[in-house]
Amino acid sequence: MQILILGAGQVGSTVAESLVGEDNDITIVDTDAEKLRLLQDRFDLRTLVGNASHPAVLEQAGIADADMLLAVTQSDEVNMVACKLAASLYNTPTKIARIRAANYLEHPEIFSAENFCVDFSICPEQILTDYINKLIEFPEALQVLEFAKGRVSLVAVKAFESGPLIGRELRYLHTHMPNVDTRVAAIFRQDRPIIPEGGTVIKAGDEVFFIAATEHIRTVLKEWCHMDKPSKRVVIVGGGNIGRRLARALERDYQVKLIEHNKKACERLAAELTHTLVLCGDGTDENLLASEHIADVDVFCTLTNDDENNIMSALLAKKGGARKVISLINRSSYVELVQGGKIDVALSPSHVTIGSLLAYVRQGDVVVVHALRRGAAEALEMVVHGERHSSKVVGRRIDEIELPKGATIGAIVRGNLVIMGHHDTVIEADDHVIVFVINKKIISKVEKLFQVGIGFF
Amino acid sequence: MQRLLTFIHALGMMLIMFSITYILPIFTSFIYHDGTLIDFTLAMVMTLAVGSLMWLLTRHNKGELSIRHGYFLVVMMWTAMPAFATMPLLLLINGLSFTDAYFETMSGMTTTGATVLTELDALPPALNFWRHELSWLGGMGIIVLVVAILPLLGIGGRQLYKAEIPGPMKEATLAPRIAETARNLWLVYFCITAACIVSLKMAGMSWLDAICHAFTTVGLGGFSTHDASVGYFNSSMIEFVMIIFMLLSAMNFATHFLVWRKKTLMLYWRDTESLSSIVLLLASCLVIGTFLWWQGVYPSLWTALRYASFNLVSIAANCGFSSTDFSLWPIFAPLWMLFLSCIAASSGSTGSGIKMIRTLILIKQAGREFLKLLHPAAVNPLKIGGRVVADNIVFSVLGFIFLYFISVVVLTFALVISGLDFLSAFSGIVACINNVGPALGILGPASNYGVLSDFQTWVCTAAMLIGRLEIITVLIIFTPHFWRR
Repeated sequence: MQILILGAGQVGSTVAESLVGEDNDITIVDTDAEKLRLLQDRFDLRTLVGNASHPAVLEQAGIADADMLLAVTQSDEVNMVACKLAASLYNTPTKIARIRAANYLEHPEIFSAENFCVDFSICPEQILTDYINKLIEFPEALQVLEFAKGRVSLVAVKAFESGPLIGRELRYLHTHMPNVDTRVAAIFRQDRPIIPEGGTVIKAGDEVFFIAATEHIRTVLKEWCHMDKPSKRVVIVGGGNIGRRLARALERDYQVKLIEHNKKACERLAAELTHTLVLCGDGTDENLLASEHIADVDVFCTLTNDDENNIMSALLAKKGGARKVISLINRSSYVELVQGGKIDVALSPSHVTIGSLLAYVRQGDVVVVHALRRGAAEALEMVVHGERHSSKVVGRRIDEIELPKGATIGAIVRGNLVIMGHHDTVIEADDHVIVFVINKKIISKVEKLFQVGIGFF
Repeated sequence: MQRLLTFIHALGMMLIMFSITYILPIFTSFIYHDGTLIDFTLAMVMTLAVGSLMWLLTRHNKGELSIRHGYFLVVMMWTAMPAFATMPLLLLINGLSFTDAYFETMSGMTTTGATVLTELDALPPALNFWRHELSWLGGMGIIVLVVAILPLLGIGGRQLYKAEIPGPMKEATLAPRIAETARNLWLVYFCITAACIVSLKMAGMSWLDAICHAFTTVGLGGFSTHDASVGYFNSSMIEFVMIIFMLLSAMNFATHFLVWRKKTLMLYWRDTESLSSIVLLLASCLVIGTFLWWQGVYPSLWTALRYASFNLVSIAANCGFSSTDFSLWPIFAPLWMLFLSCIAASSGSTGSGIKMIRTLILIKQAGREFLKLLHPAAVNPLKIGGRVVADNIVFSVLGFIFLYFISVVVLTFALVISGLDFLSAFSGIVACINNVGPALGILGPASNYGVLSDFQTWVCTAAMLIGRLEIITVLIIFTPHFWRR
């Protein structure tokens, strides 16, 4: 696929990194030559310095042949204009723009084919906010991902030592919880994937991914880990784009305190937020944390732009007694360093948001993609089409499908019905199938499997 | 000297405009043949002549005036117009002193509704009409009216508008131009008055009574054509209609305008100030009604609620009608009513006093002080209805409140020194500075301000003017800085 990326910021470069690895031809445009040089040193891609909303620059970047335009510059306006230009001058098939201002998103008609021709708009900050919001709603989970418009969820948990399932085989799960249908999609033991089978025995400390209908999550979670009282007090450090959105999303249901060091930013935040208590100070100031009763805090999120500060502040909070600490960390090497240690959840913004872009890049009818375990694994929601003779999937039982090793079918959504993937479940046309892929390398095989085969006609 | 001539020029223009307002009582006199035609015509001609003379003699002295001159001009106009308005009263009522006549017209124009006159029922209809018309003109502000009709008096309309419209935040947003804003406000005012006239007529008043009472209801004046005020009609329907229109007039007219323009009632919900004052008034009605019933003042709860609601809303909204002698109620009820009169009206309404918005700002400021002690690092801006109120406005509100209380204290002392009992003096000053009208003691609804000595009458007159122009506009011209270049 020929992909043109506008903007070599955080989103642009991670997307480029991820897509280059999947056999795509990438051209990336930015005004900052230094950023581009760094990218070109590391990856096999073409770069171009210039203003992304100028037709000449787009032309030079090869938009005429591009299959997809990804406009992810800092400016909503540049992104929108680039999409419009691509549509009216070069007829580019797929145009995706990053739009951050909620005000634009309130009027979806401006993205239509008559206006700005944005086929899909993404907002990484919003995705991150939703992601953290889920983690606060289920503080025991490491990750909560939604499929099929929220009907099905994939949840990652750390198996709790004295939990009822420890030391049991997986098939015991069904007899233990006969009323709730759930399925374990993968288990990671000391960072090594284990493909779950009926006889797999669960050990304490395993990272378990299970799939369940969203309304059952709480019930299932109870079996895997120790449930505390639900979260009530939340502290957010950093009032940037993400912190602000998160505070606004949470302030009705939780007691939210927001710590931000910039006085001017504090005033803006305090004006915008109604129930949040905005504190002007440093997230790494232990006196401030102590005077705000850090020991009673349920969830402590550090969301500033500074990785080191985020980590330090989160460590301080954990030491001070905060129940769960979540830290936003941009550098992937840091993420691996701190994840699973004192910091409960280390979030890499790029890995959280990349999924929403990957869904448009994947072959076949892919609705949702979630990157898991820092991009090593993936969970996809795909719609299957065709009939028994034209598809390798439709009309077959799950155990008849030749899934590559490392891929499992977790659940099927048929209309409003959520069906867990058992070996004898038969897949029908237009089902949404949720596939868990342990190793990213086999994704192309999975894609091929789910495509309607032309040769069958 | 040059500047003085400019003032006189503007004042002359104002008087010419003011003389036009005599047309309505002349028309009334013509219909009722009450023999006052000559007197009103004379008053009109006199005002017109003086105004024209002032205007013509200084016609070469047009000029732009600065903020400080705007304040001075507004105060000058507000003292001159009631003086000219006394002419018909002095001509028609034998033995009325200028002091009392000036009190009466000032009481009208500031929408106070306190009167020194007795046997109102026997006054010529045109004269009663004149008193009510003054109240109606003063309600929305006669200078605002002039700004609306004549975009320029040769001076900055915005300064005059700001000096006359009540409330701490005067950045009007109804229209880009101040004249357009003023016109819109008067249009709404006019429409609500028209609706009130029709409703009162349907509730059983005569046309003259309906027009007069609508003028003083919507203007929150409180003059009546009868000695017994609204008690004369003894009709719960009339009282109900008046309660509704008094509540409407105690709200911000800008909100009424926006609701009308945008056709959505949601805007009332979003106008925190008006909403708070309506809720406070209705809750107080329930409490006072129940209290009166419990104290055995009225035999049934319904009667108690009826009298409590009408008198409470009337006093608290700074109107000043009464349907019974509420000064005979247990003292808690009338004191609470007077207290409400200090705070219940909204900014941009026709009421006076501290205004609900300032009260809300102060309450929130108090909350901020507590929070500041508990969370020293907290950034907590003062917000009203989701909007941040800048700290300088909070300070100016604090300053205003201080001046307000000092004014009440000083003026009360002035009355007490001159020999009035404390309750009458205090309640009288509160009633005058809030432009309410009836007070307690010897100034209660059953009596009137005619019992006061000349000195006391002038003190009350001053209180009314200070209250109507929100204190600072008046007091600023007594500061040394005002006169320094």
